[in-house]
Amino acid sequence: MGLLNRLNEPFEGGGIVLGTVEDILNWGRAKSDWYLQFGLACCAIEFMAVNAPHFDFMRFGTIPRTSPRQADFIIISGTVTLKMAERIKRLYEQMSEPKYVISMGSCSNCGGPYWEHGYHVLKGVDRIIPVDVYVPGCPPRPEALEEGMILLQKKIRHEAIFNKRKRIAEEDKKLGLNIK
Amino acid sequence: MQAQEIFDKLKEKFNDDILELKADAPSDPIILINGAELFNIAQFMRDKEELDFDYLVDLISLDLGDNLGAIYIFYSMKHKHRIALKAIVPKDNPILPTLENLWRTADWLEREAWDLMGIKFEGHHNLIRILNPYDWEGHPLRKDYVTPEFYHGMKVPY
Repeated sequence: MGLLNRLNEPFEGGGIVLGTVEDILNWGRAKSDWYLQFGLACCAIEFMAVNAPHFDFMRFGTIPRTSPRQADFIIISGTVTLKMAERIKRLYEQMSEPKYVISMGSCSNCGGPYWEHGYHVLKGVDRIIPVDVYVPGCPPRPEALEEGMILLQKKIRHEAIFNKRKRIAEEDKKLGLNIK
Repeated sequence: MQAQEIFDKLKEKFNDDILELKADAPSDPIILINGAELFNIAQFMRDKEELDFDYLVDLISLDLGDNLGAIYIFYSMKHKHRIALKAIVPKDNPILPTLENLWRTADWLEREAWDLMGIKFEGHHNLIRILNPYDWEGHPLRKDYVTPEFYHGMKVPY
């Protein structure tokens, strides 16, 4: 349930919405994600199209930032060469928590067309940094990247903030996982 | 000027160092030369009035098994003719003279050929890798190149 939907059933007198602090914090976080302005290969061209008015990435509340210290998430858009991988890792480490990663396109998912003979390509950016959303395609259509953004927003909205470890452990127990 | 005329002109000046003309190549006509004389031949081609090759289009490097090859493609803006020079060097001692003093573009082209194929260009002022990281080992476009297992702790094979 989104926070705004509760405005339809307000309390007596109206104007009051009840929600947990976590709900409100996550609502704000999910709707204003700033991303690192960063492109790698041909996926970056598609990414530019998403930014342009036709697909209008900013309606998700995203703003490009040119510094990793101001960014909430990074879109790895393209082939990650071994030379670039070290730079990407450094950029990711410079971002402040909480931080997220969208891996865009086959190359950064798993090496793509370079999987066999690409001596210079890292076979998947998840070998160096944790990835939250994978967007398949070579390159993905702008709609696919937008779906990836929606998935990331969903993930942020349902994220635990307080007693994180305890709650995750409870969820794991429900799922039958025994992770310590 | 036709390829045969260019070949004759070079043959006249350098005789034994110009080996053969391959005019039926699918791309530009190729003249096989002695690699040691490459600099003098290229300088002659650039400065001679009726040849006037003022543009080095590309430098291609080849792995021929026991040997390495380099193909230089030249173009003349004035006369509108193209020709390719091919030099073959042994793999265990692949040395060619640098052309960076004749065409500035040869600087980066030679760095690329050194990076990927391992041809040394004698006299080049800054023969370092251009595409791969500076600490990369080996020359990746050689046929006997083996992809490393790890690079800086990152696993390379799929």
